[in-house]
Formats: sequence, structure tokens, C-alpha cells
Amino acid sequence: MVKAGPLRSCQGVGKGGVCVAQAAEPEARTVSKATAEPRWWVEPVATVVAFSLFVLYSAWDVLFHNTGQYHNYISPYFSPNVGAWLGVHAVPAVLVAWVPLFFRASCYYYRREYYRAFFWDPPACAIAERPRRYRGETRVPLVWNNLHRFFLYLAIIVVIFLWKDAVEAFIFPNGFGVGLGSLILLVNAILLTLYTFSCHAFRHLVGGGLDCFSCRGRPTARYRLWRRVSEWNRHHGLWAWVSMFWVWGTGVYVRLLIMGVIHDVRFF
Amino acid sequence: MAETVTLWVYRGDQHGGEEKPYEVPLMPGMVVLDAVHWIQAHLAPDLAVRWNCKAAHCGSCSAEVNGRPRLLCKTRLDEFVKEGVPVHVRPMKTFPIIKDLVTDVSWNYRVMRQIPPFQPREPAPFTLYQRDVDRVQEFRRCIECFLCQDVCHVLREHHEQEHYFGPRFMARLAELEMHPMDAGDRVGFIRETAGVGWCNITHCCAEVCPEAIEITNNAIIPLKERVADRYWDPIRGLFRRFQKTAP
Ligand code: SF4
Ligand code: SF4
Ligand code: FES
Repeated sequence: MVKAGPLRSCQGVGKGGVCVAQAAEPEARTVSKATAEPRWWVEPVATVVAFSLFVLYSAWDVLFHNTGQYHNYISPYFSPNVGAWLGVHAVPAVLVAWVPLFFRASCYYYRREYYRAFFWDPPACAIAERPRRYRGETRVPLVWNNLHRFFLYLAIIVVIFLWKDAVEAFIFPNGFGVGLGSLILLVNAILLTLYTFSCHAFRHLVGGGLDCFSCRGRPTARYRLWRRVSEWNRHHGLWAWVSMFWVWGTGVYVRLLIMGVIHDVRFF
Repeated sequence: MAETVTLWVYRGDQHGGEEKPYEVPLMPGMVVLDAVHWIQAHLAPDLAVRWNCKAAHCGSCSAEVNGRPRLLCKTRLDEFVKEGVPVHVRPMKTFPIIKDLVTDVSWNYRVMRQIPPFQPREPAPFTLYQRDVDRVQEFRRCIECFLCQDVCHVLREHHEQEHYFGPRFMARLAELEMHPMDAGDRVGFIRETAGVGWCNITHCCAEVCPEAIEITNNAIIPLKERVADRYWDPIRGLFRRFQKTAP
């Protein structure tokens, strides 16, 4: 049984409002261990494991290799090949990897996930947190998440190149063909397109920022686009996870081809 | 003998209290509020609970069942009986307790009064098209149960009532900001006074909302984007300047 003590009470609201603890902050009405959802920690722990492994693999692939190209297949970590444009040959992937990195780090869905899993702010709903200073997204660096749209613009450019890569993955030295790698790269481009264009900032950009869709007469194209993007946006979290795992898998596949560990399967 | 279920119900007030066990006969389709009423009628006439409609419409019976903010009248007991777990009923943690399951939610009404009201572009009546008010109508479903306010960690764990209005009022602000006939401009207010930046979009509000309002995705994130338009986007700033100076 949990003894309860007095609670804070708040007078006034907003600036100038006061919240006073009526007595020492009570252990009190925090949820007792027995009543909280006992498996609440599974989701944050699984997220930490998945993100950490992904980041570790990506860092290894990006920082310790000078190429991601295997014949007509190019690893998504190395595309577009900004290094070649600039004549940089050492770890060229670093020149582009920051775009998807910052795009995902400022993504509204990933923010939910890492605030929960890494910051434990909160680890799960209605679960007590460690008492400590919390500023939300009002201070540097987290307030920079407001720049998400600019990373979206850059990420769209990257997606265009991934489509170019996907098309080239079907063009072998002897003409059109289909290998396992071609299909993997095609699915990669599709999933990243879904993830990128279901973005909340994109939803806002295409029409969410308007207050009225038909005030100038008929509903605009922006209305229809906004509806479509809103549909995709409902599954933004799903696309975030699936596309992340697929990029990872694609990178591993091309890396293993380059290392000669496996051979590509050619269907025709 | 009829099957029974044990409810551990919080009994106390601002000076303290504890959970007490009550054994209640189980009836088909019983919800937690039924059980609480049974306790009131048979075992503890002084047990305090707030309720009105018993139909998930008035938003009065908000409390926490097994650690989760829920409407007592919408929470069926059989889900716990099936799992064989004990049932714990407690008042909302975020608000000051009055007695037992009743909390003082008046802070929310004071917040509501701070919000600049609807400012019609032209005198009513005016024509609105359904497609333009779909978004706004989602927020109109709110029954003001304040379960989202209760679960929001900014208020619940960090006690930032001074800085953040909470998810219910983000939905209210979105409803006004996105209204096609509203002429008000609340973007600065949303950032400065309502404190949208304090929310870290962790979605708990939407998870507990009994009206299934997508508070985070449809209200808070769009408001954050509107704030970003004004304060974080120099390109948009340029556009605005051109529009202003254009003849
Ligand atoms: S999403 Fe924001 S408003 Fe909703 S519970 Fe989380 S922090 Fe609070
Ligand atoms: S938004 Fe949902 S949870 Fe919040 S007060 Fe309204 S109905 Fe209740
Ligand atoms: S009694 Fe009205 S919502 Fe539960």
C-alpha cells in the first residue's frame, strides 16, 4: 500500500502563475509499482538497442570505407557521391551522411522515440520520471529541431538520387537485368520516398499551414495534396522504422558484395 | 456464490491517504464506475467520486485505473478479471486532490480563460464548407475530461503549469488557429504564453484521449510548424515581407 501525502497546487496560470508544493514533494500519489503497466520498459529498451546498433553499423560503414559501389549497385550510405564531385576520396560518405542523420534526428517521430527511450522523458506514459530539470524543446540544442524543414528539403534531393541509383541497379553491362540487389535498391527508394513524403513538415508545407482550403472558390490542389500526405503521415512512424531497417540491410548487402562474402543473385 | 472482484480504491485527501480493498460482486458488462457506485451503496457511503453521464460524454469521472488515466465509466472490469490482475483506482495525479477520487481541476478553467477567443472575420452567419472545418471538428469532440492534462509529463512530472498550457489547450488553440473564419493571430501567444515548446511530442496525451483526438499529430505538431514558420524560417520571413510591401 502506498501512503499518500499532500499535492502541489497551482494558482494562476501562465506567466506569473504559481505552483506551490503544499508540503515536501510527496512520494505519495506516484503510481505504485504494483499498479503500473509492468512491461512498460520493453519499448524504450528495444528502441535503444535498435537505434544504437543502427548508428554503430552506419558509423562503421561510413567512417571506415572509401567506396560503397559494387558494379551498378551503390550503397545508400554513399549516395549521392558528393565525394567524387568534389574530388574527395577519403571517407566520401561523410559528405552526405549528415543529411539523413539530421533529417532523422529532427524528425517528429524520431524525437518521440528518443525522448522516450534515451532521455526517459517520459520512458512510458504515466510512469514516474527522475526528478530533474526539464526544458522541453525550448533551449539549445533541442530547440534547433525547429529547423526540421530544411533537412527535409535536403533529404528530398537525396531521395531523387536514390531513385537514380534504383534505376541504375537494373542496368547491367549487358543491358537490362534484375538481380536481388536491384530489387533491394528499388524497395529502398520506395520506402525512403514514403518516409520522406509522409513528414510532418511536408504535410504542413503542402497545405497544413492554410486555414481555409476553399475560400478562393473551389478546393485547391493543395487541399488534395494535404489530404494525401495526411494519409501517409498517419503511418509515418512505421515508414521511419521500416525504411531505417531497409537502408541498413541494403548497406550490409552491398558491403558484403564488395567484400566478396556473398554473390549477387541474378534473376534474368 | 457470485463471482467477485477486489478493487483497491484510494481513500484520502490533501493530508494523505491510502488504497483500501473492497470486494464487489461482478455483473456482466460492469465498468469501474459501477463498482465504485456499488461500494458507495453497500460499503463506504462516504466514498467521493465525480460523475454525471455514465456515457463517456461529460468527462467528469476521470481517474487512474492500474496506473493509466481513464474514464471510470468507460473502463470495463472484465478486462482485468480476464487477466487476473488486481484493480487499483486512484485520483488523477496531476491535480490537487479534494477527496478520494475527486480532484480539483479548476486550473484548467483558468487556463481556458487566458486563450484569446474566436474572432470572426465577418459577422455571422457565414458559409463554411465541410472540408474546411473537418480539422477543427476533430478538436470539438473534446469532452474536457483532462486525462491528457493528467498524463502529460510536462505537467505531471515536471509541474511546469507556469510555462505550459497542456495538450487539451493545444487542441483548443489549434481549433481556433485553423478555423477558416477566425481572424486572430495566436502564433506568438502559442509560443510565448501557451509554451508549445515545452511539449516534446511524446504522444501520451493522444494515447489516453477517450475521444481518440490525435492531439499530438493534428494539433501540437501543426502548431509547432506554424511557430517554425514565423520564428525559424527566414525564407518564409522574406516571403512575408514581400507580400506586405506588394501593392
Ligand atoms: S505529446 Fe506533448 S502535450 Fe502530449 S503528453 Fe507528450 S509532452 Fe504532453
Ligand atoms: S483532448 Fe481528449 S483527453 Fe484531452 S480533455 Fe479533451 S477529450 Fe479529454
Ligand atoms: S461519467 Fe461522464 S464521462 Fe464518465
